[in-house]
Amino acid sequence: MLSQDALKRIDREIAKYPPEHKQSAVMASLAIAQEETGWLSNDTMEFVASYLGMPAIAVFEVATFYNMYDLAPVGKYKITVCTNLPCALSGGYDAAEYVQHKLGIGFNETTPDGKYTLKEGECMGACGDAPVLLVNNTRMCSWMTPEQIDKLLAELK
Amino acid sequence: MLKIDQPMHIKPQILANLEGEKSWRLKDYVARGGYAALRKILREKTPPEKIIAELKESALRGRGGAGFPTGLKWSFMPKQYAGEKYLVCNSDEGEPGTFKDRDILRYNPHMVIEGMAIAAYAMGTARGYNYIHGEVWDVYLRFEEALDEARAGGFLGQKILGSDFSFELFAHHGYGAYICGEETGLLESIEGKKGQPRYKPPFPASFGLYGKPTTINNTETFAAVPWIIMNGGAKYLEVGKPNNGGTKIFSVSGHVNRPGVYEIPMGTPFARLLEMCGGMRGGRKLKACIPGGSSMPVLPGDVMMQCDMDYDSIAKAGSMLGSGAVIIMDETTCMVKALQRLSYFYFEESCGQCTPCREGTGWLYRVVHRIEHGEGRPEDLDLLTSVSDNIAGRTICALGDAAALPVKSFVKHFRPEFEYHIENKKCLVPVDVQRAGSRIYVEHAAC
Repeated sequence: MLSQDALKRIDREIAKYPPEHKQSAVMASLAIAQEETGWLSNDTMEFVASYLGMPAIAVFEVATFYNMYDLAPVGKYKITVCTNLPCALSGGYDAAEYVQHKLGIGFNETTPDGKYTLKEGECMGACGDAPVLLVNNTRMCSWMTPEQIDKLLAELK
Repeated sequence: MLKIDQPMHIKPQILANLEGEKSWRLKDYVARGGYAALRKILREKTPPEKIIAELKESALRGRGGAGFPTGLKWSFMPKQYAGEKYLVCNSDEGEPGTFKDRDILRYNPHMVIEGMAIAAYAMGTARGYNYIHGEVWDVYLRFEEALDEARAGGFLGQKILGSDFSFELFAHHGYGAYICGEETGLLESIEGKKGQPRYKPPFPASFGLYGKPTTINNTETFAAVPWIIMNGGAKYLEVGKPNNGGTKIFSVSGHVNRPGVYEIPMGTPFARLLEMCGGMRGGRKLKACIPGGSSMPVLPGDVMMQCDMDYDSIAKAGSMLGSGAVIIMDETTCMVKALQRLSYFYFEESCGQCTPCREGTGWLYRVVHRIEHGEGRPEDLDLLTSVSDNIAGRTICALGDAAALPVKSFVKHFRPEFEYHIENKKCLVPVDVQRAGSRIYVEHAAC
C-alpha cells in the first residue's frame, strides 16, 4: 500500500511516543500517506488504521477534522491562498483573484488537465508576509505579487 | 518596499543578534552564549524551587494569549508523582495576525529547546513535545534538525551534560485546525484524536497528556526562560514594567509600511511601535486596531494611540494584549467586511462540540454577511449582540468567547458604519478606496 520509505518515516514518527500510544502518530502517518498517494482514500485510511492498530473510524475522524487532509483527489499542485483579515488588508483577496484569473478556476476547483487545485485557506501564521500561498501543504510562498505568482506557476509544471 | 530607517527591536532578548543564514544552528547559538543557563543550573545543581521562584519574580506572563503567570503555572505541577509527567510547547500559532513563534523557531530554535529543558528540570519532567502549526512545514523540518543537533551536542537525551538530568524532546506537527491552539484541544491532538477541547477542571497540571500531569506553555514563553535564569528575575522585570516583565514580541500586520515581528520592552507606547513599522501605509489615518490577535476586541484608532503595549494598559483601554498580534486598519477599511471575514473564520474553525458555538458562529456569520451584502435588517445589530452574549461563557473552551468579542466590539465602536450599511445597502467606504488600501503588493491584478 505504502512504499518502504513511507513506512520507515511512519516508524520514525511512532518512535516519538510511548509504545502504548502509537495512535499519536496518526496525524503524521496520514500526512506521509497523503504525500505519497496524493489524497486519502478509504483504503489508505484503513491501511494506516491497521498499521497503527487503531479503529478505521478513529482515523477517519482525524482525517475529516483537520483541514489539510484531502479526502478527494486534488490536482498535482494544490495551491491554498490565505484570505483571512490580516492577509486581506495586504492583498490576500487580490492575490486570490489573480490566481483564479490565471488558472481559470474558482476556489475548490481543479483545472481540467488535473494540474492545479485552488483552495481558500485560514490563517497560516505568516500574516507579515501577506499575500501568502501554500503549495501542496509544505511550501510557503511569501509576498506573492502578480510577478511572483507568474513565476511560481511557470515553475509548477 | 519602502526603506525604513527604524530598528526592528528595542533591547531584544529573544531575537537578538540573529543575522545570517546560520543563526539558528547550534554552533551559532552557543557562540551567542546559548545553553549557558542550562549548563549553569546543572553545574550548580540549582534547586527546582529556586528556578520557579525566579520565574515568579520575573513576572513573566504566558505569551500565547492568556497572560497567565508562568512561575505560578509551573508551581501547579505535582512534585512527588510516581509516573510520567509531560512538558508541551504550544507552537500551533493560528490566531489571525500572529506570526512571532514562526520567527522564533526559524531563527532561534535552540533558545526554545533550552527553555524547555530548564522547565523540564524545574518540574521534574522527562519527556516533552513541541506542537508546531501545520502550515509552517519548513519550520517543523528545521526544528527537527535543531533537535538532532541538541541531542548530538548532549543538551537533550539521557544524562544531559553529564548530570543526572534526562529529558527527551520531540516535534509534533498539526495539520490545519485553529482549535488545537487551545491547550486541551492540543493535547487531544497529540493523542491522535480530533482536537476537541476538554472540560476544565481537571486542569492539565493534574490530568494532561495521556492523563498525566502536564505543563503547556507558548513558544515565546519558553524562549524567555534562559535570559531570566542568566540575568535574574528582578532584571527581567526591570526591562518591562510592574506586573508586566520583560520584552514582548509583537506581530504587526495590515496597513503599515513594514509589517513584521518586533521585540520591544513591555510598556512601550503603541505610537513608538507604529513608528518602528514605518508608520501607516500611504500616510493614511489609523482607523482601528486589534491589539492582541483577531479574538480580542477592536479599538478605535484614537484610543489605541494613547495605549502602551502591555497587558494592563491594553486591558484598561477595553481590549486584551492576547498573543501580541497587532492588526492595523486604516481609513480604507470597511469594518463590516472586516468583521465578516473574521466571523467566517470562527464559523469555519468551531470544532462543533458545543451547541452555542457550533450554531452561534454560523448565525453570526450569516447576519454579518447579509449586512455586508445589502440585505441587513434594522434589528440585526441587536441580534448580533444578543447571539454573541449567548455564546460567550457558555462553551467548553474560549473559542466561543473569541468569536463573540470581535462582533460585540466592532458593533460597539463602529455602529454608525453598520447602520449605514443597513440603511443604504452599501458601504460607507467606496469599494475602489478599499481596494486601493489593500493593494500594496498586487498593483496590477487583472480583475
